[in-house]
Amino acid sequence: MRFLVSFLLIVLFAFIAGCYLPWWSLAIVCFAVALGVPQGLGRSFATGFLAIFLLWAALALWWDIGNGHVLSRKIAALFGLGAAPVLLAFVAALVGGLVGGFAALSGASLRANR
Amino acid sequence: MRIVPFVLSTLVTGALVYALSVRIGPAPALGAFLSPQQGCWQNAEPLNESHSADLKLPGLKGKTTVHIDERLVPHVFSDNEQDVYYVQGYLHAKYRLWQMEFQTLFGAGRISEVLGKDERFLRVDREQRRMGMVYAAENTLKTMESDPVQKAYFDAYTAGVNAYISNLPASQLPLEYKLLGYKPEPWTNLKTAIFIKVMSKDLAGYERDLEFTNQKSVFSLADMQTLFPEINDSSVAIVPAGTPFAAAGIVPVKPAGADSAYFGNDTTLRVQEVDKPVRENGSNNWALAGSRTASGAPILCNDPHLTLSLPAIWFEMQLSTPTMNVYGATFPGAPSVIIGFNEHIAFGFTNAMRDVKDYYSVRFKDASKKEYWYNGKWEPTTIKVEAIRVKGGDTFYDSVAYTSFGPVMYDAGFTKGNSGTGAIAVRWAAHEGSNEAGIFFRLDRAKSYDEYLAAIKDLHTPGQNMLFAAKTGEIALWQQGKFPARWEGQGSYVMPGADSSYAWQGFIPQEENPHVVNPPEGFIQSANQRPVDASYPYFIPGNYITSRGRTIHKALSGMQRATPQQMMALQNNTYNSLAADAVPLMLRYVDASQLDAAGQKYLSELQQWNFHADAGSRAMTIYATVMDSLESVIWQDEFARVPEPKVLPDEETMIALLLRDSASRFIDDIRTPETETLGIQLTKAFTLAAADLQKEEASNGLIWYKHKNTTIYHLLRESVPALAHAGILVGGWRHTPNAITQKHGPSWRMIVELSTPTVAYGIYPGGQSGNPGSRFYDNFTNDWAAGKYYTLWLMRPDEARDRRVRWTMTFNPAS
Repeated sequence: MRFLVSFLLIVLFAFIAGCYLPWWSLAIVCFAVALGVPQGLGRSFATGFLAIFLLWAALALWWDIGNGHVLSRKIAALFGLGAAPVLLAFVAALVGGLVGGFAALSGASLRANR
Repeated sequence: MRIVPFVLSTLVTGALVYALSVRIGPAPALGAFLSPQQGCWQNAEPLNESHSADLKLPGLKGKTTVHIDERLVPHVFSDNEQDVYYVQGYLHAKYRLWQMEFQTLFGAGRISEVLGKDERFLRVDREQRRMGMVYAAENTLKTMESDPVQKAYFDAYTAGVNAYISNLPASQLPLEYKLLGYKPEPWTNLKTAIFIKVMSKDLAGYERDLEFTNQKSVFSLADMQTLFPEINDSSVAIVPAGTPFAAAGIVPVKPAGADSAYFGNDTTLRVQEVDKPVRENGSNNWALAGSRTASGAPILCNDPHLTLSLPAIWFEMQLSTPTMNVYGATFPGAPSVIIGFNEHIAFGFTNAMRDVKDYYSVRFKDASKKEYWYNGKWEPTTIKVEAIRVKGGDTFYDSVAYTSFGPVMYDAGFTKGNSGTGAIAVRWAAHEGSNEAGIFFRLDRAKSYDEYLAAIKDLHTPGQNMLFAAKTGEIALWQQGKFPARWEGQGSYVMPGADSSYAWQGFIPQEENPHVVNPPEGFIQSANQRPVDASYPYFIPGNYITSRGRTIHKALSGMQRATPQQMMALQNNTYNSLAADAVPLMLRYVDASQLDAAGQKYLSELQQWNFHADAGSRAMTIYATVMDSLESVIWQDEFARVPEPKVLPDEETMIALLLRDSASRFIDDIRTPETETLGIQLTKAFTLAAADLQKEEASNGLIWYKHKNTTIYHLLRESVPALAHAGILVGGWRHTPNAITQKHGPSWRMIVELSTPTVAYGIYPGGQSGNPGSRFYDNFTNDWAAGKYYTLWLMRPDEARDRRVRWTMTFNPAS
């Protein structure tokens, strides 16, 4: 239950923050949610990682599919990922997810009692 | 709190955020770039994107409605003469912002500022500064802004660009800004002037003065005339032969002592030359009078050849106001339609190819460059300290000395070979104040020949063959520009700059510029050839090109009831008139018995060739390879003695020379004791070429388009190959009317039949959007390569409900 609450809070606030603030605002969101909703360290990391990974993957694929992969093919080629647009979305999601995960871990470990 | 995990995870998070927020090498900062809400995904324009909008913007005077059609061409209808340029600026920025700004950064010598620390970029920036690009633009800006009406138009354009920029959130920045990590700065009228100078450099920045200077140290003046003749044997001039010319209105005088101090001077130069524009920056245009067309209405055709790029060079638009209704190709970066038509006339341009740039050898008093020897005394220079900012590096300071001739391009601080106090200053017609951008305000509104002539007179540089046709039946062409009146040989080589005697003495009066008005032949053509025959009373050196004009002239001479479809065929014609001269010569002199089986097969393919450089042709590949070998066999011996920089004679000159004199002494290889004949040399060239061809055959079957590999690069060139369009299936070559080479070709093709209503066709490689993430980025290129055309729609305001209209934007003043 806490997992689901944290997950949804992160997705919601990371999305809203992303509309107005720089991309790294997601780290603050993950940190704050992990601080506010107590969970074990491992679960906090997993929540932050998964929430951001799925949010970024979903958003990236949303834009990419609407665009018919016109741009992602070019960017993927530019980044040496062949012409695989899905791989680019995966890399983006992974990057966001890692930041989210570690930020959540940081928040959780600030709160956690020995 | 758990200290260790907290510290570790906080450090890791911070390190990750930091690493993702800085640029590493050429890669963008990945966090922002990959973010779906800020990064590249935001540039992935939905296929069903709406381009409609209702905008209220400060600075507008009245209402403007823009109907955008299915090809993303905006048809702009303004109630007010200034608003139309405001909206044009806004739309240029909306669809081409990065391109228009980058081109002006390039022109101003500022690419190091955005591309980073790299010797090549710094060199390019220093070249632009030493060429005086901004100095030229500032002079031009003064002229542009001297007329209050025109200033208001330029101001409106600038305000429109800035209205777009100021409302642009970071997430919506064009992709290239995100890749390179910078933001647009406000547009200014000066940037428009810089853009014009970029075009001037492209079209009127080519000369071979430094090369010729070095070659003159080895070759006699007579040899130089033979190798680099003023007029090619087969050239067909623009002004029909036999047209009388009035006596020269200004007769420049050769300085006393020029024979020894100038022509006889054998000092060579050791400069590392600056990057020069492409030699073939040319074009075709022609007009047929009604007497030669099926409809009885004149037809005007134009295809300007430039180095092709993505985003495309041109942006198609219709601009309509109470006094103007014009359609055509516009330059993102400047107001107006540049090549197009209105309800009364049509106009198009080719490059005049005239040399308007000369060099003077000057001597500084000392390394400070503060004084130079001029007219018998030490004269002060004006030193302009150029601060070149470098992203990720220290600002580079370059001091450029300005003399009475112009800026010093080459001195000890810029090229290694030019040691001591010797230096070379450049005199370039484009340095003078003029108002090229302004002529289009009048030309777009012109209704008659007289109004066209009044409009074009202000075009100084780059000189253009300005073709005109009207519904009233007139056709005309003026080679318009401000061209120096030179004494014979002036400016062919670097000139002595110790006094004013070698300075330009004046300019050819405008009314003496070559022109053709309603010729009895019923047609006018230009394709970058020398505009006039030898009877023109001025010395007019240039970089003229002969072959395309011959083919076009011949085709037009035979046309009686011409149709736009025949014009399309001629613009896409791949007949190589130079090959038609050269191949019979090869066949006559090559000793087939000395060739191996493959060589003999190649020879027989040439024998059966129709001289068309079609995409699938093998013979064109064979011919081009043999020509390359022949050039090196004929010239490498003599030219080995010339120090760099140097330039070989044109292919056209070589073939004309061999046809004229099969025993020319240039044929012999002077490094061997034997005397090589044309037969020996041609056989040698063919044997060398056959070996290369055999190697190449395995990879591409010698198919011409594969050999040629026409590629349209993004403006950032080889650094972003994924944004280019490579290996285009298309024929043509520099000697064929359809002059598509590896990176260069017809940047816009237009055919206008001035019937009622006007019937017009056009196409360009690329697409209307500059966004690589838009389906409109590159959607015209395959049709362009296939020789297809789109119908150009001069829309009427009452056609808003036409099914071709897909989106509508309205612009109103912000209250």
